[in-house]
Amino acid sequence: MPILIDLFLTFAKIGMFTFGGGYAMISLIENDCVEKKKWITHDEMMDMTVIAESTPGPVAINCATYVGYKKGKLLGAIIATVGMVLPSFIILFLISKYFDKFLEISWVANAFRGIKIAVGILIVDAAVKMLQKMKKKPMPIIIVACSFFAMMLIDIYSINISSMILLLVSAFIGIIVFVMKSHAKKREKRNDLS
Amino acid sequence: MIYLDLLIGFLEVGFFSFGGAYAAIPLIRDVVLAHGWMDEEMVAYMIAISESTPGPIMVNMATYVGSSKGGILGALIATTAVVLPAFLIILLIMVLLKRFLENKYVKAALGGLKPCIIGIILSTGILMIIKNSNISLSVKPDILSLVLTAALAVVYFGTRKVLKKGISPILLICISAFVGVITYGL
Repeated sequence: MPILIDLFLTFAKIGMFTFGGGYAMISLIENDCVEKKKWITHDEMMDMTVIAESTPGPVAINCATYVGYKKGKLLGAIIATVGMVLPSFIILFLISKYFDKFLEISWVANAFRGIKIAVGILIVDAAVKMLQKMKKKPMPIIIVACSFFAMMLIDIYSINISSMILLLVSAFIGIIVFVMKSHAKKREKRNDLS
Repeated sequence: MIYLDLLIGFLEVGFFSFGGAYAAIPLIRDVVLAHGWMDEEMVAYMIAISESTPGPIMVNMATYVGSSKGGILGALIATTAVVLPAFLIILLIMVLLKRFLENKYVKAALGGLKPCIIGIILSTGILMIIKNSNISLSVKPDILSLVLTAALAVVYFGTRKVLKKGISPILLICISAFVGVITYGL
């Protein structure tokens, strides 16, 4: 299949089955774009997730644009993004025009309660897979633990802090640790010479 | 003019919603209420619909608001506007800043960002499971949802262990929707 058509169909499928925001989509992208089609590697997916999360806009769109551009340059990016958006667009347009009481249909509500359970599982699965592939060094382990507990506390006590703050702090820690390490290395070298 | 308002309103949302949909919901609320496009009750309904239909939540909200205020053209404009900033920024990163990712300071920052995002994603998933089953200290948990969560998790992870190649996420979503209709409907 030509890559552009493949991109369009794959992202339309992902768009059609993404529920509950971008994180559940990570499992879908991993399944289709990493494991089946091998369009991107797991590491690239991790980079993509970080970029998507640190830039504005829907995470799903960031990812579609990223993979689309990698496989088909500008046209690929446009087609993957349009594919991602199209199912949403059609469904929501029809609902807003013709189904006034969409959520009051009981089987729709029940199906969605079921789907929410699957979404929770998929999100945990995406995180666990990332954890397994993460380098097990002190800094990343400490940051994972801190951001996890911070997010839990923020939610449980409904504290009004954006996750952006956590991201900024961790990026800062990453840079500080790097600078400290390179200083330590330089000092070692100097000691070796003298 | 409504089309221009939709364009500017949703461009603004697309540009300032860092961290995905959950950051965007309050932004969209503000834009919609400030323009008087919907009242509080309609906004709440619009958010609920966008969360329970497939696709990126922000795109769903833009299409719904755009369509109800400006028909198909309104929907097209609002949806394009909410997507455009994300699209252009990623394109910029991919085209101009290829070397950006190879910079040692950027790499160092990513080294801190990655574990942070893993923690955020893990907590989001666990919180979602907790909320689905209504687990808290004061109220009785929703046993049915707990059982369903355990059953679906066993099916999803179990098939991966046993069959080597597990069921796909999409199949899991279909099964869960079906199970939801059956069990909650009875």
